[in-house]
Amino acid sequence: MKLLIVDDSLIMRRAVERAVAGNPRFTEVRFANNGRVALEEFNRFQPDFVTMDITMPEMDGISAVEAIKARNKSALVLIVSALADRDTAIEAIKKGAQGFLLKPVTADSLLEAIDDIMSP
Amino acid sequence: MEADILKIIALSTSRYFDLAAHGGAAIGTPYLRDPQESVALDYSAVIGITGAYRGSVYYTAPAEMIDPILGLIGEAKAEDQLRADLVGEITNTVAGHAREQLGGGFMISPPFLVKGRPADVQSSDSAPCYIIPVDWRGHRSRLLVTLTRVEEDAA
Repeated sequence: MKLLIVDDSLIMRRAVERAVAGNPRFTEVRFANNGRVALEEFNRFQPDFVTMDITMPEMDGISAVEAIKARNKSALVLIVSALADRDTAIEAIKKGAQGFLLKPVTADSLLEAIDDIMSP
Repeated sequence: MEADILKIIALSTSRYFDLAAHGGAAIGTPYLRDPQESVALDYSAVIGITGAYRGSVYYTAPAEMIDPILGLIGEAKAEDQLRADLVGEITNTVAGHAREQLGGGFMISPPFLVKGRPADVQSSDSAPCYIIPVDWRGHRSRLLVTLTRVEEDAA
């Protein structure tokens, strides 16, 4: 399974990568630092699973999720964001995200959220 | 600026340290910034606020405080870029969590990162700037909060 990690924060990209390292479910990991780059990478890489930040330069994560879902409805998306208001979470789900995880995250909370999406 | 907003920001800050840094952060009493006070530490990040509020949330911290937090989140070696990035992520998380209370109208920008100590930190307008001291493991960092409600501003 291919994973695309989207976040403008380098330490967040690295933290997600560390969390999934050793998980045999993910065989290949790539990165993007904003929504626009995420769409380019999505087209090239065709990931099965995407972790997506919301507040990013150039294109935010909500817009990116909408565009990703227009390309491939079966791609799974977990939002990983610091935006703690209920409306943002609802909007992300409406655009097609399968889950919403509030930052800061731990490896355990991230893997649990991924498991929840993979095993509905 | 209402005291409630400062309280919300302070609680968001405390929650970040509880979740990411094993707790132990002491959030000091907010005070009005003296324009002559030098505030910038080694690494800083500023987030612009728009929507129902206007202003900024600025966080600044010394390297001695950032390095152990990097270790706690799994970074084996503290590097310049990681330190700056962590300060940005703390600022982003503090501002983002405030939306739980302040709502989606509290719109936040991506963080702008500053390495090193700028000679001065200017707020974007004439609104009062409050400083919230944040102490953790014997080191002091600071949150600078400059916010006005747009409705108040227009009145």
